[in-house]
Amino acid sequence: MCLGVPAKVIEIRDAVQHVALVDIGGVRREVDVSCVVDPDQGMDALMDKWVLVHVGFAMSVIDEEEAARTLAILEELGEVQEALDDIRQTEQMLGGVG
Amino acid sequence: MDIVRDFRDGAQAQKIARAIGELVKQVPDSHRRPLQFMEVCGGHTHSIFRYGLNQLLPDEIEFVHGPGCPVCVLPMGVVDDCVSMAERDNVIFTTFGDAMRVPGSEKSLLQAKADGADVRMVYSPLDALKLAQQNPDKEVVFFGLGFETTMPSTALTVQKAAQMGINNFSLFCNHITIIPTIKAMLDSPDMQLDGFIGPGHVSMIIGTRPYRFIAEDYKRPLVVAGFEPLDIMQSVYMLVKQLVEGRAEIENQYNRIVPEAGNRHALMAINDVFELRPYFEWRGLGSIDHSGVQMREKYAQWDAEKKFDLPRRKIADPDAAQCGEVVKGVLKPHQCKLFGTACTPETPIGALMVSSEGACAAYYNYGSVQIPVSEVTRSRTI
Ligand code: SF4
Repeated sequence: MCLGVPAKVIEIRDAVQHVALVDIGGVRREVDVSCVVDPDQGMDALMDKWVLVHVGFAMSVIDEEEAARTLAILEELGEVQEALDDIRQTEQMLGGVG
Repeated sequence: MDIVRDFRDGAQAQKIARAIGELVKQVPDSHRRPLQFMEVCGGHTHSIFRYGLNQLLPDEIEFVHGPGCPVCVLPMGVVDDCVSMAERDNVIFTTFGDAMRVPGSEKSLLQAKADGADVRMVYSPLDALKLAQQNPDKEVVFFGLGFETTMPSTALTVQKAAQMGINNFSLFCNHITIIPTIKAMLDSPDMQLDGFIGPGHVSMIIGTRPYRFIAEDYKRPLVVAGFEPLDIMQSVYMLVKQLVEGRAEIENQYNRIVPEAGNRHALMAINDVFELRPYFEWRGLGSIDHSGVQMREKYAQWDAEKKFDLPRRKIADPDAAQCGEVVKGVLKPHQCKLFGTACTPETPIGALMVSSEGACAAYYNYGSVQIPVSEVTRSRTI
C-alpha cells in the first residue's frame, strides 16, 4: 500500500481540478496531481515528467538528476570495493608465492 | 536511465555488501553485536525479504522489522466496526485490497462480502467518491488507513466531497502517524536499536526534519531510504559509517523522491481535514498517545464514526498468537508458535500474515528460499 509506482505524465486533462493522464508501464490512468503542481509554473510544466503515484495521486516529481547522483555514489563505492578486492587478491597471491 | 533496473543491479549489491562487511569491523566495541537496525516501514521489510538482503549482509548486521505495516497493526475491533458498517443494507463499503483479508473477531471483510455484504476493493479513495456519485441512494464508506503516505489522498478526497457536496460519502479514518510510533519504539525497554532505516514515502510527505529528535535526544542515526535493493544497501552503509565516525544524524539516501521540507500541499490538506487523537490502540503494541488522527469537526458530515453507531469493542488476540512480540521485533516471525502451522497466508490468524508488507508473510514467502539478487534483477517481476 505504501509503495507507489513511477509514472510518466502524458497529457493534462483538467487544469482546474488538477487531473493528468499518466502512463504506468503501458497502462494509462487519470491521476490527481494537485500535490505536485508548482503554482508558479502551472500544469504544463509537468508534461513528460516522471512522478511517483500513490493510490491515484501523484505525490512527488522524481528528480532524475538526484537519481543519477545516487547511482554515481553507488558506482564509486562499488569501484573502490573492487579495487580493494583486487589488491587483496594480489597480496594473497604474492604472499602465496613468497 | 532506467531507474528501476539501475537500482537492482545484483553485482553492485554484492560489492556494497562487501564494503559494508569491511566497514562494520571498524564500529567501536561499545556497540553490541549484531548491530540492530530497525526498518520502520513494511515496504522495506518486503524488499529485504524479496531480494534476500539479510542474507547478503554480514552477520554483524541484523534487521529488526518495525511496526510500519498499517494493515498489520489494526486492532481486531476496528475490523469488526468495518464489518458492522458493511453489513447494513444501504452501505457500499470500500477499501484497499490488503485490508479485506484481515481477520476480525468473527469475520474479515472478505467473508462479509461472501455472506452478501456490498464490499468493494478500490485502487484509490477517489474511486470510492465516484461510486458515491453514481449511487446517490447508497451510503459509500471508505476505510482509510496507513501512515502519512496515504493520509493526503484521503484528506484530498474528503475535501473534494465537501467541495462538490457529495454527502453520501464518508471516511472511516484509521490513519496513524509515524513520529509518536518511532518514539514509542525508542522508549521501549525491550529494544536496543543502533539505528533506523527511515520510511521513504512517509518522508516524501513530512520531510526529514521531524526526525531530528531521534538524533538529538536519542543519539541514534536515521537514514531515509528508497525501496530498491541498492537503496537499502546504501542506507545500511550510511548507517554503519555514522556509527564508525561516532555520528548520529538524519541523512537522506532517497533524495530523488524526498525533499527535505516534504510536500507542502499534502501537509496542508492533512492539517485541514485531520487532528491528532489523544491516543490510538495498536494491535500488539497497545495504546500509543497521539499516534492516530481523526477528522476535524468541520468535516463531521463525512466522518463515518459520527454517521454510524459503531460497536467499538476491544478484542484481544487469540492467546497463542504472538503478533505483539513480532511487531516489537522481540521475536522473529518463525519463532511464533503458530507460524506456518495454524497461521499461513491462506489461513491467517494475525494480520502480519495477511499483508505482503507484513513480516510473517514476508518470512513465509521468501524466508526459506534464498533468491539471489542477480536473478531478481533479470526477471524484474515487480
Ligand atoms: S505467525 Fe501469525 S499469529 Fe504468529 S505472529 Fe505471525 S501473524 Fe501473528
